[in-house]
Amino acid sequence: MKLFYHFGRYFLLMKRVFTRPEKISAFRIQLFRELDNLGISSLSIVCIVSVFMGAVVTLQMAYNIESPLIPLYAVGVAARDGIILEFAPTLVSLILAGKVGSNIASEIGSMRVSEQIDALEVMGINSAEYLISPKIIAAVIINPILIIISIFLGILGGYVFGVLTGVVTHYAYIYGIQYEFRPYNILYALTKAGVFAFIITSVSAYHGYFTSGGALEVGRSSTKGVVYSSILILVFNFILTQLLLV
Amino acid sequence: MIEVKNISKSFGERQVLHNISSVFEQGKTNLIIGESGQGKTVLMKCMVGLLEADSGDVLYDGRNFSAMSLKDKKTIRKEIGMLFQGGALFDSMTVEENVVFPLSMFTNMSEAEKRERANFCLARVNLPNASNLFPSELSGGMKKRVAIARAISVQPKYLFCDEPNSGLDPRTSIVIDNLIQEITVEYNITTIVITHDMNSVLEIGDSVAFIYKGEKWWQGTKKEILDTDNPELLDFVYASKFMKELRNK
Repeated sequence: MKLFYHFGRYFLLMKRVFTRPEKISAFRIQLFRELDNLGISSLSIVCIVSVFMGAVVTLQMAYNIESPLIPLYAVGVAARDGIILEFAPTLVSLILAGKVGSNIASEIGSMRVSEQIDALEVMGINSAEYLISPKIIAAVIINPILIIISIFLGILGGYVFGVLTGVVTHYAYIYGIQYEFRPYNILYALTKAGVFAFIITSVSAYHGYFTSGGALEVGRSSTKGVVYSSILILVFNFILTQLLLV
Repeated sequence: MIEVKNISKSFGERQVLHNISSVFEQGKTNLIIGESGQGKTVLMKCMVGLLEADSGDVLYDGRNFSAMSLKDKKTIRKEIGMLFQGGALFDSMTVEENVVFPLSMFTNMSEAEKRERANFCLARVNLPNASNLFPSELSGGMKKRVAIARAISVQPKYLFCDEPNSGLDPRTSIVIDNLIQEITVEYNITTIVITHDMNSVLEIGDSVAFIYKGEKWWQGTKKEILDTDNPELLDFVYASKFMKELRNK
């Protein structure tokens, strides 16, 4: 029963979030602030994770398909597809759920317990729209860009570490990443990135917005935001794969 | 003028407000007093619409706020200034940005006009040099004064203050009390202050309503409160040793 209660409350909150902004100029300022907060500030962690993720995927592929029957360029093919289809959109989104999700839930949660959200409401401002919609829209815009960067760096990391460790040659890797490339896979990855961005921001914002109590509850909301958005990312990863690939 | 009629509110099984009716007059500092947990803040939240009362009406100059649509409520809310217990300043904004915020949302003033208005309001609350500070850099009293500046920046018709003296030393409390009273008279607004500080009652209580167990137990002026024979109110007013000694003298 509690699940239905949360579903209902979540959808009612989203109804309030997606209404016309009080003032377009204020919304634009908030949106650019969030693009910086959620996107630019996450760039370094995305870059580090992506390079090493690409390296590990390439090394594992090379060790696992070591056979005279399988051509060496298969390492490049497998690394490319693994990174584009799964590792970049899903793994990076899970990391962002931890970083961005906890940030959103704790920010909105502290605003709730310190009555800043009440102050907005008393002024006649739709606090849900003012605080949450710029975050969701910014994340849906910036997350696919982060995923593109992640794909590029993942494949680059695979190349650099694959060639340096000698598990694959320069020619085989480059041939492999070009072999039977399907542009649709990029669209699939970007679709997942957009959906995951929506989940991370809206679920974390939901937990922050309905925080009640004090500092302890803000911490709990932050944890719940990360846990539930991570679970939903995994569930929607399966659903989207079933819908878009199978 | 603000009028509340038969306001009741409960949370689950627990009824917090029982049929409260009262009139809060314009140009006066109207105090709501009572012990902690008696329903003062719940009453104020019902009045500004942060909580929905189970029954009863709130009338702002005859306009029934409780019966209004969300859109119409917004019009009234733009006429309300509220000072929260902790100040409720926006952490990510400087003092000036906090004061400018309602102006940016609800007026078409130019940046220069907004800044001029913010500086005027900050000067009015005796904080002329704090524009670039962040709330975390302010003392409790300064936070309250910035919150008052933010509340008056849009020239409200109604001012609500939830325990403006909590956590402040007696001297700063008097400064805040006097500021609230001066602003009330200066702008001829309807001010409602929640407090359990007897100093505030005696200092600025033009009209005082005593809430006890969720009911309006007594209403009068600061002069009448000292001569009351209401036993619950007497317990509240003369709770401190100092007040008891004062009464005996």
